Amino acid sequence: MSVITYRQALRDTLRAEMVRDENVLVIGEEIGVFEGSYKITEGLLKEFGPRRVKDTPIAEEGFVGAAVGAAMLGLRPVVELMTINFSLIAIDQIINHAAKIYGMFGGQTSVPLVIRTPGGGGQQLGATHSQNIELFYSFIPGLKVMAPSTPAEASSMLRAAIRDDDPVLFLENLGLYNSKGEVPDDYAEPENTKAATIGRAAVTREGSDITLIGYSRMATVATKVAEQLAEEDISVEVVDLRSLRPLDRQTFVDSVKKTGSAVICEDDWLTYGIGAEIAASIQEGAFDYLDAPVRRVAMAEVPMPYAKPLETAALPSVESISTVIKETLSAVGKRVG
Amino acid sequence: MADTAKPKGGSARASTAKRRTRKDTTGLENEKPETLLDYYRQMLFIRRFEERTGQAYTQARIGGYCHLNLGEEATVVGLMTALQQRDYLFTNYRDHGYAIGKGMDPKRVMAELYGRVDGVAKGWGGSMHMYDTETRMLGGYGIVGGQLPLAAGAALAVTYRGGDEVVMCQMGDGTTNIGAWHESLNLAKLWNLPVVFVVINNFTGMGTTVDMASAEPDLYKRGAAFRMEGERVDGRDVLAVRDTAAKLVERAREEQTPFLLEAWSYRQKGHSVVDPAKYRTEEQKDEARSDENDPITIFDAQLTKAGILTDELRDEIAASVKAEVAEAADFAENSPKPDPSTLFDYTYATPVPNESRRMPADPVFAE
Repeated sequence: MSVITYRQALRDTLRAEMVRDENVLVIGEEIGVFEGSYKITEGLLKEFGPRRVKDTPIAEEGFVGAAVGAAMLGLRPVVELMTINFSLIAIDQIINHAAKIYGMFGGQTSVPLVIRTPGGGGQQLGATHSQNIELFYSFIPGLKVMAPSTPAEASSMLRAAIRDDDPVLFLENLGLYNSKGEVPDDYAEPENTKAATIGRAAVTREGSDITLIGYSRMATVATKVAEQLAEEDISVEVVDLRSLRPLDRQTFVDSVKKTGSAVICEDDWLTYGIGAEIAASIQEGAFDYLDAPVRRVAMAEVPMPYAKPLETAALPSVESISTVIKETLSAVGKRVG
Repeated sequence: MADTAKPKGGSARASTAKRRTRKDTTGLENEKPETLLDYYRQMLFIRRFEERTGQAYTQARIGGYCHLNLGEEATVVGLMTALQQRDYLFTNYRDHGYAIGKGMDPKRVMAELYGRVDGVAKGWGGSMHMYDTETRMLGGYGIVGGQLPLAAGAALAVTYRGGDEVVMCQMGDGTTNIGAWHESLNLAKLWNLPVVFVVINNFTGMGTTVDMASAEPDLYKRGAAFRMEGERVDGRDVLAVRDTAAKLVERAREEQTPFLLEAWSYRQKGHSVVDPAKYRTEEQKDEARSDENDPITIFDAQLTKAGILTDELRDEIAASVKAEVAEAADFAENSPKPDPSTLFDYTYATPVPNESRRMPADPVFAE
């Protein structure tokens, strides 16, 4: 085991997959000469050359669509979209084409494409650069959506995404790139066959009082909440969704059956957000086990402001999540801290 | 072959004077009669196939949107003849003729229109989404402009592997105004991709004329922004289309660079089967359906004048086309309808846990 950043886990895994499979190429803005806006593709142009590391013009619809077309002929493009906000310019190619081509033509051609892109607020990037719109893609049958929260997950999930024959929206997070964690020693080996299973959530911390559900950056925040509340003798079970489509409902429903209550923390907006689907699933799958209403802690429903105090106020935090957990536990009459 | 007549502003109202300058039988002497008769038969086949399609649509045997190639037969056959078998094709939703021209079995194209299991896409695509890996027709696409980035990407895969296939990407005149057009032509030229972008100019995107939609209505010139050579061809003339397209296809293969081809012809009917085209004046309707603009009538006259097509042959071809179209319709009619149990067969190519297989009334959690 070694400790590395989420960024390095992604970069080294991407490199390993390019070594392993000649059909893997990377396509995107500023990924070659500039080495990536967030340096995930650092060194790749030097090692693999411009054939396999393709810098593009600022034309998201064009190059995402070109990656879809290349995937139809059997290449395995890994596209970088500088932020998920820019995916909106490519959304026709992602939703109307990448997600449809396998089914619409009766299973004749798959689209082995990965679109890597970071979400994330909290960087003072303002309204158009701080959105978490993975919901749009999680809504679409034909797409797979993965959201790793740790370096180890980032590595094994990227490996799984590249080796999968379907289009995968691979959600990263600006707030996670510098986060550190343990990874297996062979995480960057091209021969590594230990890929994550797409479509599986995980209980990343066991607990007995309440279930706290998150994904991507919010899964790491959830872990912090659980650690803090443990000091107040509150036992929080943390579920990291990891895969937003397919959605592993059974894992969090089983957890709620055990704890009797649930809080969902999400970086997107509450109304119609990912948490709404989770809450509805808990209601259907664990109705008889619920001791309190399922609560959601989500972003305030405003276009994200630039000014720091406003931005901070809009985002879910360790404090706000802890408060909601305590309120939920009080509602069921469980002792709180 | 600069500026071969018609458009001038692109309106279907434009002067008819220039249209009669076309060559008659000149050039036919260098062609094999059997080749010409084959083109004639293919054109007639598309005509009759589309007429039958329109009929089946009005009988509710075919559903959804349905766009016909009536009036474009010379363009379709000329373009498909210009491609090698190994070349790839992407088209828009007006794709029945192209599917047949690229080599798909008409019976299976008709079965797709009927939504049956023997359809080219097993009934998943319908009229707008013909697809066949084997003949390399990589899809009709229903979103205007959607196929352009895909075609560029297919060509990228070809060059990535050092192949010598060319990608042809067909579209309508309205497509030249959408963002994907600009992005795809730019990428194709920038990355030296062997793509021939073909604009079928029938002067109207649904009911919006080229004049109303395009600030540069000479569409073949619109590649200039990308330093992409463009040509215009009279799409009523099967040999002109074939020759111009073949030249550009082979240049794309040789020079590893994209080209633009505009082929103009008349859309004989409305945008789709259900469109009565009320936005057209009687004069415009007459023009679109006149014998002098009908590619089959034109070619028939040429071949007859050259002594290649006799009354006997014409009858023979008509009868065999009629029989083959009837056979396609029978095949479609008798092909089984897909079973609802196959509903989840094609959501994902790689199965993973927790894929939803929930029917509308099923609970989220089974059992």
